[in-house]
Amino acid sequence: MSETEKTQAPKMATGDRAILPEGARTIPVYIMGKRYEVPETLTIMKAMEYSGFKFVRGAGCRGGICGACPTVYRKAGDYKIYFGLACQTVVEPDMFLAQIPFYPANRTAYDLEEIGGEADAVHALYPEVFRCVACNNCTKACPMDVDVLAYISAVKQGDMAKAAEISFDCIQCGMCASRCMGEMPQFHIGQLVRRIYGRYIQPQAEHLKKRVEEINSGKYDKMLEDLTSMSKEKLTKLYTEREREPDLAPSGEWMPEDTQYL
Amino acid sequence: MSVIIPKKSADEFFEKIKELSGQDIKLCMQCGTCSASCPMSEHMKCTPRKAIHLAQLGMDEMLHEQNTCWVCASCHTCSVRCPRGIDLARVMEAVRQLTLRKNENFIEPSKMTAEEIKNCPQIALVAGFRKLTS
Amino acid sequence: MKIKYYPGCTLKYKAKNLEDSAVASLEALGCEVEEIERWNCCGAVYSLAEDDLIHKVAPVRDLIRVKEQGGDKVVTICSMCYNTLARANLMMKEDEEKRDTINRFMDEEIDYAGEVEVLHLLTFLRDEIGWDKVKEKVKKPLTDLKVAPYYGCTLQRPEEVGIEPLGSFELMSGFLEAIGAIPVDFPGAAMCCGSYQVLGNAEAVQDAAGKIISTAQTAGAEALAASCPLCEYNLGKEQDVQIFYFTQLLAAALGLDAEVSRFELNTGNAGELLKRKNFL
Repeated sequence: MSETEKTQAPKMATGDRAILPEGARTIPVYIMGKRYEVPETLTIMKAMEYSGFKFVRGAGCRGGICGACPTVYRKAGDYKIYFGLACQTVVEPDMFLAQIPFYPANRTAYDLEEIGGEADAVHALYPEVFRCVACNNCTKACPMDVDVLAYISAVKQGDMAKAAEISFDCIQCGMCASRCMGEMPQFHIGQLVRRIYGRYIQPQAEHLKKRVEEINSGKYDKMLEDLTSMSKEKLTKLYTEREREPDLAPSGEWMPEDTQYL
Repeated sequence: MSVIIPKKSADEFFEKIKELSGQDIKLCMQCGTCSASCPMSEHMKCTPRKAIHLAQLGMDEMLHEQNTCWVCASCHTCSVRCPRGIDLARVMEAVRQLTLRKNENFIEPSKMTAEEIKNCPQIALVAGFRKLTS
Repeated sequence: MKIKYYPGCTLKYKAKNLEDSAVASLEALGCEVEEIERWNCCGAVYSLAEDDLIHKVAPVRDLIRVKEQGGDKVVTICSMCYNTLARANLMMKEDEEKRDTINRFMDEEIDYAGEVEVLHLLTFLRDEIGWDKVKEKVKKPLTDLKVAPYYGCTLQRPEEVGIEPLGSFELMSGFLEAIGAIPVDFPGAAMCCGSYQVLGNAEAVQDAAGKIISTAQTAGAEALAASCPLCEYNLGKEQDVQIFYFTQLLAAALGLDAEVSRFELNTGNAGELLKRKNFL
């Protein structure tokens, strides 16, 4: 079979499974400059392990959400830099690979209760945000397709809600910071903004406040005491015979017969 | 002031300034209109006219010891008044860039107080960091 | 009339008084103000180094937003934004080599060649609305209020982007007359307040600002009209003459609620002066 001919094997990630689909062929990739032959169905992470590398850092959930395995790669003959998560990106022939397990970035200390909910609290902690030149390299580097420039712009404009919303999918991998001309830690700034948003801006649930007050006032103490001192049999019976909202009950209409704890 | 003979060839320095600013400082006839027009010159150790003279003589080291380019507010008053058509604001930018491009800052954003930052309109921070940090 | 509008960062936060009074006034004058979407900071100062293009990317990206959102004109209010956008626009229109490099660098954006016209609000008011129409809509003329029209550095320099020729202050004077005020000719109209040097040399800025205010005072001005939040910040520290954004004066003359001008964000007691004169 020629090098360029496609195999019949499904072109999908086999993830962490070492068992390869039948007919999977191998392709050449370059890991830190050295050539390796790896099965074409593997993710970058698995391909590196297949090639003999062992991850002691820079690998976490292996499910595309923890942000520990950002990877930077190039393709032969292409000037562009590509970014991805090593645990999610499937290898391609002639990829040039390197892992970025950690990227140093300024991370300030703050007490969320003390800094308040104003945008200038973020400006004071991270004045370097004003060094943004809108080159957009951050957005291009984001493996989660977050519009990083847009949320940094929102921070500069003082719009915390907008910045929190746009940066929501950030997984703190730090690739934005690795490419930043203004040398700022976008991902830490975004995280601070989301914390401020949650603490000061997001509408608070009124019923939750009321319930917390009730709990603090001791309304449920007696019930809790009864439950903790109950025999296992009695507790099981109580649980299996509990009143349940019918699965198809219209939302907001069903009420239990016993309303004393509502 | 003792006589200092520039180490490097003056031409090399002119060329660098010309490349960065697009301006030919040799055109300057030392009339001093720039210094008289400058709203910041009182706070300069060396006025714009003198700074250009140092540059004309290729005395780049001495020029870098001055604060002229770091006090300049890029207001272009000198640029529009120069009878020789030199855009001095661009020359000042070139001199700043010679330092900034070595990864040296004139002000340190991380050393500013929270109060100072919170008081400033955002454009002050954006503009100040662009002009005074690397 | 619909207009595309570029606010700039400061108008969204520290100078909300400038934005709110401007937008409310434009609406009162019959304009539908459309803020462009996904705009970024323009960079506030235009990069002056010949070989430095990366610092010119930000304003060009904003102009691309206007173009891709179907605009052929964009109105800005902040003097620094105006200056930066207008100069970047000129470069993209006239310098083929730099235009190509910038377009190639921004490979994720559509190409741009200076198709959008950048207008300062004052120019827009004069040319697209007209002083006669403004006069017609004025409900509370600011009769006898002596106002110094202040341009600072970025509205007139460099000449190729100036809103009017050097040394002429007819544009803002015409505006002030249209709202019933008396423009006060003063030598500090185009003097620089010290700008961003408030970070590097606060003392020099204080001196520069002090001179502007004292010349305005000597010329008999009670108030000074500005269009730049950094000028307002630097000059506002001098208490002798009250600094307003020209849009706040417009809003007052149009009889709009004082709340749109958010005088509490001005340095000094801006609202007080207008109240004392029965303009609010």
